[in-house]
Amino acid sequence: MILKFQVSLQKPEIKLETLKEDIKEFFRITGWEKKLHNAVYSELTVFPLPRHPAAPPEHLKEPLVYMRKAQGSWEKRILKSLNSMCTELSIPLARKRPVVEQKELLNKWNEMGTDEPDLSLFRPVYAPKDFLEVLINLRNPNYENGEHLNFKTHLGLIQVPLKVKYISELKEFFVELSLNTGQLGIDDATQVPPELFENEHVRLGQKVLAEQDSAAAQQYIRQGSPTALRAELWALILNVSNQPEDLLYYEQLKSNVIQHDLLVDSLIYKDVKLTASNDDYYFVFEDYLYQVLLCFSRDTAVLGHFAYNSASPPKSYIRGKLGMEDYAVFYPPNGVIPFHGFSMYVAPLCFLYHEPSKLYQIFREMYVRFFFRLHSISSHHSGIVSLCLLFETLLQTHLPQLFYHLREIGAQPLRISFKWMVRAFSGYLATDQLLLLWDRILGYNSLEILAVLAAAVFAFRAVNLMEVTSLAAAEAVLADLSTLKVMPLLQIFLFATVT
Amino acid sequence: MGGGRGRGRKRAPALLRQRDAQAGEGRGGHFQAGWGGPQKSGRRCNVQTEESMFEDSWCAKGERAGPESMYPIQVHSPEYSYGCPPPQAWLGGSERLTRKNYMVKNLKRFRKQLEREVGKLEAAKCDFFPKTFELPSDYHLFVEEFRKTPGITWIMKPVARSQGKGIFLFRKLKDIMDWRKDVGRSDDQKDDIPVENYVAQRYIENPYLIGGRKFDLRVYVLVMSYIPLRAWLYRDGFVRFSNTRFTLSSIDDHYVHLTNVAVQKTSPDYDPEKGCKWMIQRFRQYLTSKHGPEMVETLFRDMDNIFIKSLQSVQKVIISDKHCFELYGYDILIDQDLKPWLLEVNASPSLAASSQEDYQLKTCLLEDTLHIVDMEARLTGKEKRVGGFDLMWNDGPVSREEEGIDTAGTGNFVANTHLGCNNDRKKQLRQLFCSFHSQKKVTS
Repeated sequence: MILKFQVSLQKPEIKLETLKEDIKEFFRITGWEKKLHNAVYSELTVFPLPRHPAAPPEHLKEPLVYMRKAQGSWEKRILKSLNSMCTELSIPLARKRPVVEQKELLNKWNEMGTDEPDLSLFRPVYAPKDFLEVLINLRNPNYENGEHLNFKTHLGLIQVPLKVKYISELKEFFVELSLNTGQLGIDDATQVPPELFENEHVRLGQKVLAEQDSAAAQQYIRQGSPTALRAELWALILNVSNQPEDLLYYEQLKSNVIQHDLLVDSLIYKDVKLTASNDDYYFVFEDYLYQVLLCFSRDTAVLGHFAYNSASPPKSYIRGKLGMEDYAVFYPPNGVIPFHGFSMYVAPLCFLYHEPSKLYQIFREMYVRFFFRLHSISSHHSGIVSLCLLFETLLQTHLPQLFYHLREIGAQPLRISFKWMVRAFSGYLATDQLLLLWDRILGYNSLEILAVLAAAVFAFRAVNLMEVTSLAAAEAVLADLSTLKVMPLLQIFLFATVT
Repeated sequence: MGGGRGRGRKRAPALLRQRDAQAGEGRGGHFQAGWGGPQKSGRRCNVQTEESMFEDSWCAKGERAGPESMYPIQVHSPEYSYGCPPPQAWLGGSERLTRKNYMVKNLKRFRKQLEREVGKLEAAKCDFFPKTFELPSDYHLFVEEFRKTPGITWIMKPVARSQGKGIFLFRKLKDIMDWRKDVGRSDDQKDDIPVENYVAQRYIENPYLIGGRKFDLRVYVLVMSYIPLRAWLYRDGFVRFSNTRFTLSSIDDHYVHLTNVAVQKTSPDYDPEKGCKWMIQRFRQYLTSKHGPEMVETLFRDMDNIFIKSLQSVQKVIISDKHCFELYGYDILIDQDLKPWLLEVNASPSLAASSQEDYQLKTCLLEDTLHIVDMEARLTGKEKRVGGFDLMWNDGPVSREEEGIDTAGTGNFVANTHLGCNNDRKKQLRQLFCSFHSQKKVTS
């Protein structure tokens, strides 16, 4: 682009006085203005607003000290678990592959799913329920909770006083989901004539794509994305394009995978085999999952997101140089240790993107914008702690009888809905419904909709849940979500429930 | 070897024996016609066929084995309270469609007829069947074609077997030389060994792959009568994946190339919990998000064309009886250019369920079949949709639009098929039968 610009600058028409206008004009003509707009917009969306100038960088990650401390100790536990597995199995954290093995892996790159390494000794580093236990034990030291029940104790599992939205605030926030606005997922059903909403919405979507405007796309997608346009719309919103340098970058990562073997790779293998391969919808995409996740764990560009993530990447020291900062490396290179179910973040994306490097980029962008919040302790309104508290508050406020009943039988609702939220409902909903849900996550740039959906599911099955008498029975009622239609549930819960 | 083998020879005894063997296997879940002796219950009726291959045609005693329970469906009743014999589930001569060699012959003949009567363009619509030769009768023709295009892969399929038995791939003539020798030898032994005819078919080397795996589609077509042709298409169906990644380098590996669930079940990494099937809805959504709605529309229109043309090609040779119906399972393969190919037509599609979703589909399919068969005479005969079935052909194309608007010639014709679309059958059935109920009240 710079070259083209220089070439055009050398034309005799360019005058010094009008240089500023000419540059602007040039940007506009070549479409670079739009790209710059999109890039700036994406930066604004991802990075939090600048805080007080005197605030240290940790505040960008997480302003509350007790949360930072809790996240720190949780990380120590994870590392301990990883290290002990390492010593038990006497497998190095990383090793260079012999040339023979490298060649083999390169040949098998597109069908790594056929590999059946012995993974029986590996176990996932942690599962969502372990994480839930940590969250339950979070306490604000400035807040007098006491060990005994008092008026200030929350009735749910989460005991920290974070600010979450009321339903009136949610109604305002999610105003595009209201009853008198057209939605994909509701107004494209077979009985509704397409002229009413669907056709116009599709036309609008095509126009948005033609304009290549990220902000407009984000606004548009709040009403859902037509199936045929979804892949491009998501790429536009996440500001992912397929430049040659991106392709090269992916190839670089691929060669890193080939050259070095990490312990984390086995964890990834195990996770894919346990979760995605056994899923009726996603088993077909097994090979893509390996190609994305193995490269992901070597991508040091991901380290950038730790500036605003309350978590910190684990450090590993070269043998014998423990504690010496000069010999510290981040392990794994991207700083993210996968847990049980991690591969489910990628699986639904395989439905949309088939070219590995594009799929990889989209996943990476989704991770550093949204998914990381689902497994780190922070006070952010989209962080998992807030989502849990939002869920419990909504349920308690609007279905108090149900909440009380479940609590009495020892089936705290959060114990059931936690796994849904941590995985952003991937693997629980039908694929088309899940994609409609993730449309809204992108559109509103927030994960709060996960908590609202979880509450809506409980509201939907309230009658059956009132009759159960144990946690196991409650789990059974809520075991199968694959028949649910997401948008009607959300609409009814937000806009049509009598409070 | 020669033309005489095809039609004139009385192959009936061998066929009966084969069927008996199959019937006794207790695979469960087949709409099995009792070819055998009187121990099978059911109503006997005589249907004469051209070659007198079978003297009797039996009503179906269907048994459906779901994961929960087994209960037999008896499609017969001793009382004829409606004054006509009850429907049966085997049309005489349906093997014209379902035995692979006959299918080819009929299609070739139909194509020639179309070319003569209508033109080359219309005849080209019949090119959905990969080049096939009957062996051993067309052996020399086959060799000629084989030599014309060296290096491609061919697939050998036994004509009258199912579930992937006896199928193998080959690239060199010498692979089938041995087989030919065996066949030659058995000539002398006449009727002691049942003679098997094979078809050699051009193997489609560029199938559409999802996740690196090959798949085929199973679609259900219900034919209520051949003359006039009335055919219904079921909205649901499924996509069967091969369990291993597709590669042309290992043609001995059955598990790669054959997508029959029966074969996959014996593959070493088959996990019955996993299920190698997708519903067609999901497949349609996947394709739409990848290729856009127009290309998907074209693909499904081409598939409609396959169903209609294949049925038309055997229309005249199947004995039509308005009291008979047949439910066919069509196997379609899609290649990388999104062109559908007809692999085969199954006369007794397996009704065993491999998963809960599958069980759902097959139970609803059978239920809707019986609704259309309409033994209680509830339907008016003018319906275009019953449950999950859409009327695809009623002695002419059926349009989605209402009656009275003649769009057939204007190019805006949209066929009344909804394969892979939303199947809200319960609702539709409720509406259908409620309206009858109220109508009856009015008239009575």
